[in-house]
Amino acid sequence: MVVADDIRKLSPDKPNMSYSAQIGALEVENLSAWYGKTLAVNNVSMRIKTKAITAIIGPSGCGKSTLIRCLNRMHENSNNGRVSGSVKLDGTDIYDPSIDPVAIRRRIGMVFQKPTPFPTMSIFDNVASGIRLTRLWSRRNQLAEVVEKSLRHAALWDEVKDKLDRSGASLSGGQQQRLCIARALAVEPEIILLDEPCSALDPIATLKIEDLMKILAVDYTIVIVTHNMQQAARVSDMAAFMMIDDKCAGTLVEYDETSRIFTNPRDKRTEDYITGRFG
Amino acid sequence: MANFLTRRRWTNRLMIGLSGVAALIGMTLLALILGYTLVHGLSYINVDFLTNASKSVGEVGGGMRNEIIGTLILVGLASVIAIPVGLMTGLFLADFGSPNMASAFRFVADVLSGVPSIVVGVFTFAIVVKPMHSFSAFSGGIALAIIMIPIIARTAEEALRLVPVSQREAALALGITRWRSVLGVIIPGALTGIVTGIMLGVARIAGETAPLLFTALGSNFGVQGIFKPIGALPLQIYHFALSPFKDQQQQAWAGAFLLVVLVLLVSLIVRWLSRGKKY
Repeated sequence: MVVADDIRKLSPDKPNMSYSAQIGALEVENLSAWYGKTLAVNNVSMRIKTKAITAIIGPSGCGKSTLIRCLNRMHENSNNGRVSGSVKLDGTDIYDPSIDPVAIRRRIGMVFQKPTPFPTMSIFDNVASGIRLTRLWSRRNQLAEVVEKSLRHAALWDEVKDKLDRSGASLSGGQQQRLCIARALAVEPEIILLDEPCSALDPIATLKIEDLMKILAVDYTIVIVTHNMQQAARVSDMAAFMMIDDKCAGTLVEYDETSRIFTNPRDKRTEDYITGRFG
Repeated sequence: MANFLTRRRWTNRLMIGLSGVAALIGMTLLALILGYTLVHGLSYINVDFLTNASKSVGEVGGGMRNEIIGTLILVGLASVIAIPVGLMTGLFLADFGSPNMASAFRFVADVLSGVPSIVVGVFTFAIVVKPMHSFSAFSGGIALAIIMIPIIARTAEEALRLVPVSQREAALALGITRWRSVLGVIIPGALTGIVTGIMLGVARIAGETAPLLFTALGSNFGVQGIFKPIGALPLQIYHFALSPFKDQQQQAWAGAFLLVVLVLLVSLIVRWLSRGKKY
């Protein structure tokens, strides 16, 4: 494990990133999202707990993925994607017209359902890509250190340290997904969004990612979308249950500590879903 | 019932048989053209043909050295103009243009690639040769570039579109701007397809004759620079094939042989390049 002090030492250009002034507090207020005229997420408000894992669960098509894509302004890249309401990162609305979505995505990283290593790049270049292509800074020896640090942090270093120049696509699915996590960590975000990161992985690879998430939650705020209730119960501190409302739009039914959602839910619909009566 | 099945079976056999015959006819024609040209050309091609300049009308001997160099220069000039323009157009069609704009531009590109090459020649004569008061290699290059641009643009577009949306989103999620992600992730991913398109364009223009009649014109004085008339293989084949002199007719065959080999070579390079396609 790399501790916070080491990381600060490794990137003296950005001493305050991640660990002091910017704590990565994320607050969703009255958020609605559309695809064209179709309402996909209806009026969701929730405060994301920092340095913890928040799981968003619910049946297919309930707007989980759309919601998480609104948190780093990825939704607006979808077909006719549109958002109303606000998402505040450390008190600043990321949907404010003066805010550059590119800068937001640097602070809020994202890992997708299907592993997406860049197939034309080596393992090293994959991890370095975020830094290289954003020209944050790129002194060669520093880059090597950050790549190693990120790969260690993503629990992948020991498996790939001897083949950093091999293609990222040559790794197994689980390794590819951890490579994507390492790649996201390399640009030093405060928050990491994971959109069903294990749904394309086997149980053992899934377990590794889950262990990794728990370790990362010490330093990072993590939001994970999953349709696997056991996974949510295993890893998350907070859980949000979403469902389709009468207008066929996803809505937040209940948001609470995971232990409470799974043992003593307040809403009948949550209880029905948790106990497997539908979905 | 049995009767019905029998009929279906026979219809099936008939259609498969017909498509086989059609394929055979196509293949036979191609083999005849290639075989005839190669057999005829091969017997007249020799070192003198490749290294000597052409002799005056009526004199025996000489070769097409100047025309070979001329074709290389014309193809080079056309490529220098058409590759950047075609690639940028492809990027606009695949990535940057709004869907409506892109489909309008795509239509224009398709129409342009269907314009008869002699029309391109006359057009270039009007806008380049006339104002400059001179036939030139430069105007020939422009005429060939006009033919090449839509080929490159459309193949580049197809290649760029094959890069999955997930790759684009992965790059955006790292806080990379669209332009940088196009340069760093999408173009490298589509590179084999883009290069294939460029080679297809080269193969197409290398044998074009009509656009050169009004632009490059042909020259008996060798290569004198890009703002002077210049010879080209297809032009010389055209002139010599119509010639009453046996020797020039034979040289036309040898030139045709060379041109076919050139195009075959380019096609082989294309096959070789696209053998390990990533998408």
